Amino acid sequence: MASFLERLTGKKTSSADQAKERLSLVLIHDRTDLSPENLQSLKDRLIEVISDYVKIDTRQTEIEIKTDGREQTLIANIPLIRPRSRG
Amino acid sequence: MSGKVVTITSGKGGVGKTTTTANLGVALASLGDKVVCIDSDIGLRNLDVVLGLENRIVYDLVDAVEGRCRVSQAMIRDKRIETLYLIPAAQTRDKNAVSPSDMIKLCNTLREEMDWILIDSPAGIERGFRNAIAPADEVLVVTNPEISAVRDADRIIGLVEAEERGPAKLVINRLKSSMVKRGDMLSAEDVVELLAIPLIGIVPEDENVIVSTNQGQPVALEAKSLAGRSFNNIAKRLKGEDVPWLDLNEKDGIFNRLGRIISGGG
Ligand SMILES: Nc1ncnc2c1ncn2[C@@H]1O[C@H](COP(=O)(O)OP(=O)(O)O)[C@@H](O)[C@H]1O
Ligand SMILES: [Mg+2]
Repeated sequence: MASFLERLTGKKTSSADQAKERLSLVLIHDRTDLSPENLQSLKDRLIEVISDYVKIDTRQTEIEIKTDGREQTLIANIPLIRPRSRG
Repeated sequence: MSGKVVTITSGKGGVGKTTTTANLGVALASLGDKVVCIDSDIGLRNLDVVLGLENRIVYDLVDAVEGRCRVSQAMIRDKRIETLYLIPAAQTRDKNAVSPSDMIKLCNTLREEMDWILIDSPAGIERGFRNAIAPADEVLVVTNPEISAVRDADRIIGLVEAEERGPAKLVINRLKSSMVKRGDMLSAEDVVELLAIPLIGIVPEDENVIVSTNQGQPVALEAKSLAGRSFNNIAKRLKGEDVPWLDLNEKDGIFNRLGRIISGGG
């Protein structure tokens, strides 16, 4: 299976790089007690709720967990679409 | 005197806690400090054989805690290094024979006589682990540069934090620099980046560890092997010295060794 890094760079990654990439993801889920499925459903519902209030550009939306040292932060970058001026 | 309690623990078993405890005990005592190593792995006694003291056990940790002997009677004195002692684990009892507060009381007694109290913790996250970290002033987490050991180390580091004994310091054991070079083993930098705690030592994979364990003579007794020197460096770092990192290239050919001797490195 091609890893994320491989798909990104088109290069074959070493097994150590694969281990590091897999570990960094699994540690996020271990530390936050949030499974990949639950994270996905969190993202979907977040977008749903926000869309109730403003128009958002779902293609540019980024919601992810960032790691800084041993701390995890949920970062959401959600571009808003300017409403068409009503005539 | 007020000795320091250092607990050596890990998430995964078999990563080198007992080896690390024995060698740090030897290394610190060789520097002239008074050291007692406590085997807190009740029911799975091991530190005695790694230290080569298995034939001299009379009393154990549980005897001392339950008052069947004085604490000093449970301390086996090493014959090679006068300032090194061992309190062995009980072999025929279970972990619940000792409580965290028993360990705190015992260590407070030992602090008066010793510079260092090193506790070899059982693996895992249960009672034995809690016993081992309850009295700790400092916690060392041992891991191997391998995916499941690192993952389990992360769990333990979190628990040490939760018990307010953190931040733990990291010992990376059994690193094979040739595999790291090939890209087939996580490097020390990778592991430190993932676990995000301070590093106190890197110990290479070294056959001398197994040979010396066979003989009950911890590698740190002699400064010849790379692993022995690594453990001696960790001991100095525990004492607050700023020790440069060893070159762990295990292809330790005659030229490398000569180079090191000439440049006085290591
Ligand atoms: N740096 C090393 N190089 C080679 N073998 C090692 C090294 N460290 C530990 N070992 C071996 O690994 C095994 C497990 O070590 P041990 O200290 O008993 O682990 P733990 O106490 O964490 O269960 C032992 O056989 C030991 O000799
Ligand atoms: Mg052990």
